[in-house]
Amino acid sequence: MAEVGDRASQAMRIISSTKFWRGALAIAIFIALWETASRADISRVPPPTAVAVTFKELMADPSYWFSWYLSTQRVFAGFIAAMLVGIPLGLGMAVSRAFYGTVFPVFEVLRPIPPLAWVPASIIFWPTQELSIVFVTFLGAFYAVVINVIGGAQAIDTRYYQAARSMGSSSWDIFRRIILPGTLPSVMVGATVGIGIAWAVVVAAEMISGGGSAGSMGGAKGGGLGFFIWNSYVGGSYTQIVVGMISIGIAGYISSALLRKLGELVTPWLREQ
Amino acid sequence: MTIASVPQPSIHSGHLARSGSTEPITEIVVSNVSKSYGPMKFAKAVVRDCTFEIERGKLTVMIGPSGCGKSTLIRLLAGFERPTAGTISIGGKPVAAPGVDRLVLFQESALFPWLTTFGNIMFGPHARAAAGDETRSRAEFLLDKVGLTAFRRKYPTQLSGGMQRRAELARAMINEPKVMLLDEPFRGLDAMTKTLMQEYYAKIYEETRRTTFFVTTDIDEAIFLADRILVMTNVPAQVRAVLEVDLPRPRRLEDLIENDNANLIKMEALSLLHEEAMKSFARGSKAAADFIEAYAKRIQKPR
Repeated sequence: MAEVGDRASQAMRIISSTKFWRGALAIAIFIALWETASRADISRVPPPTAVAVTFKELMADPSYWFSWYLSTQRVFAGFIAAMLVGIPLGLGMAVSRAFYGTVFPVFEVLRPIPPLAWVPASIIFWPTQELSIVFVTFLGAFYAVVINVIGGAQAIDTRYYQAARSMGSSSWDIFRRIILPGTLPSVMVGATVGIGIAWAVVVAAEMISGGGSAGSMGGAKGGGLGFFIWNSYVGGSYTQIVVGMISIGIAGYISSALLRKLGELVTPWLREQ
Repeated sequence: MTIASVPQPSIHSGHLARSGSTEPITEIVVSNVSKSYGPMKFAKAVVRDCTFEIERGKLTVMIGPSGCGKSTLIRLLAGFERPTAGTISIGGKPVAAPGVDRLVLFQESALFPWLTTFGNIMFGPHARAAAGDETRSRAEFLLDKVGLTAFRRKYPTQLSGGMQRRAELARAMINEPKVMLLDEPFRGLDAMTKTLMQEYYAKIYEETRRTTFFVTTDIDEAIFLADRILVMTNVPAQVRAVLEVDLPRPRRLEDLIENDNANLIKMEALSLLHEEAMKSFARGSKAAADFIEAYAKRIQKPR
């Protein structure tokens, strides 16, 4: 109960702050300028009022939500795969010099290749379009996760290892109780960065690959948010393009916010110092 | 010297029960130890042919100019690093690796940031699979002892510098080490907290009489805490002089200010340290070397 009260008073404090109103005003001015520019034919981007109307229509359209579902599914499939492969790989490289020496050069050769450059190769090599999109999404998140895990594990203070060893810790105990918690904050940073990249990549991958196998099934509005934007462009529905863009912004924001929240939960020692 | 305080049994380690005997027993033997870093040709000697002994149940303080290799000696004693030459033995056994018989208190807090105060204290027992009810209640006792019961669920970053040092002391003491190795443990604390921690540590030592090797650059801290002071040379480290500090315990800081004996020791230690500091100064500067040389000649002249 007290927490609810705290939240309410916190919300009140935010609403009554100058910072909040300055931000709200800036957004209002931005929308007003956009509206005027579109109405005055300075910009060919449809005005926000028209976008809002289309948005409202699409809210009732199941195929629009199906695009949300597909993109989210691809992002999370790729992202989770990146975590499952990236965390052990990064930890392995951080713990073993030999493993690092063997794997890191390969990793560094592949890393500069942008995930989107993999799209054609991915479509050729993977049996289904769906898998190829997920693979490219995976790549986007993968590098961010691995780099952060290695960096986090290497940055652990040597005195922690020394202290643990003097207190009788075995190697396994050190791995479990020093390296894992010591790396956790950077794992969460890698995850937050990684999911952002995954969203950026999935949109482009969907545009290029034609929405995957579900593209034809879901029609113009199914096939993922990236495909949704592309299809709206091809079909000349400019308001739908803007709705698609905003949708992706919202999706990316929610994903990052969720991960940040999760990060706070699993690393309580970093809260309010 | 009088042993005034009665040791508390629960923080008393077993081998110290015989502290009534007057015969000094050597706990740590460092003989002809050298340590250098870097590849063969470019190796820089940090410790060279260093020899000293530490008596069981005594508080030995090592003092020397900063960067003289004291921390290296701590790491060698702890077993984190191996000497390039020479041997170190603790309790008759050569030091080969880190062991639970000796614990290090580092310069700045090495508490694990992801564990609460209580979790940190219980780290050692968990590592040795000895975290039973008895150990838990001992952890509670130590928490109370270091005055952190109210902070048991706090993380290290939520504690003040002095609290962190006390939590770390408790984390070390629960493991009942035979030897405590402290590497400038109160460095970086503000003057007031530092004084409090010194008095606090002296009290803990007086209760437990645990063999302690304490490294510092602070001469007042050394005299206040020590039974014996090892004055070090400039790098590479060697023992320049051994000063016995025969002041009664329990000690209080204000008692030392007016104490002639303490002041004599301080004068002696300071003059030794001054020479070593000048040498290290001279190493980096020709002018300072010239000055020392000229100064030395002028002193000799009247003879």
